[in-house]
Amino acid sequence: MKLSVMVNEGPYTHQASDTAYNFIVAALTAGHEIFRVFFYHDGVNNGTRLTTPPQDDRHIVNRWSELSEAHDLDLVVCVAAAQRRGIVDSDEAKRNGKDSDNIAPGFRISGLGQLIEAGVQADRLLVFGD
Amino acid sequence: MSETKKFMYINRRAPYGTVYPLEGLEVVLIGAAFEQEVCMVFISDGVFQLKQGQDTIDSGMKNFSPTYRALGDYEVTRLYVERESLEERGLTEADLMPLTWEDEDDDWAEKPSIHIVSRTQLSDLLEEQDVVFNF
Repeated sequence: MKLSVMVNEGPYTHQASDTAYNFIVAALTAGHEIFRVFFYHDGVNNGTRLTTPPQDDRHIVNRWSELSEAHDLDLVVCVAAAQRRGIVDSDEAKRNGKDSDNIAPGFRISGLGQLIEAGVQADRLLVFGD
Repeated sequence: MSETKKFMYINRRAPYGTVYPLEGLEVVLIGAAFEQEVCMVFISDGVFQLKQGQDTIDSGMKNFSPTYRALGDYEVTRLYVERESLEERGLTEADLMPLTWEDEDDDWAEKPSIHIVSRTQLSDLLEEQDVVFNF
């Protein structure tokens, strides 16, 4: 089955991104296709490479980046939600006059149209959040 | 993308306590460009999003309630409000903004966008959907 996933909560504060991650791993293992993972609301905080959790805990951001690399996952961070919360790639940093970017490897910033398209194209859209 | 799906946007929260209603509305507006079959649902504290006379000046937050009036222009013309949620909060349809849309197939007649429906009717509607967003 072709699946799209929406992640609506930030890492560590909320279980949603852990559950989404575990779901995607299980779905890939079972042979399903992940069309796209879309990060919205505080979910955009899953995409900052500046995250530094304690060493004895899971690294949620790196885990997404590694999963993306291994399975060619399309990890999309909503641009409007990201701007509110300070998640920027180099283009956005330049455009908004910021001195740095912080997007993690494997993530890209794009618009909400990508979410709607994910809903249209996939057999199922799964939403993780409150 | 020739395929048309049924999209439902469920709004469950009061307008200004969290950012979900505002960001949810942004999804609806962008989604409107994709020409899918769209409806919105307001349940629980979500019914407060449609309340008349919202004033956010003292809170310093942006009053985004006028955006709901533009939904008709985006061809988002079906807003289902749950009767039980209104009643539980001491509200009636008269407390809500009078939202309308213009029906181009009916000589641009102005028609109400808000439909008050029961919990049971909503459950049937939900059953028909392909894609459901929760905000």
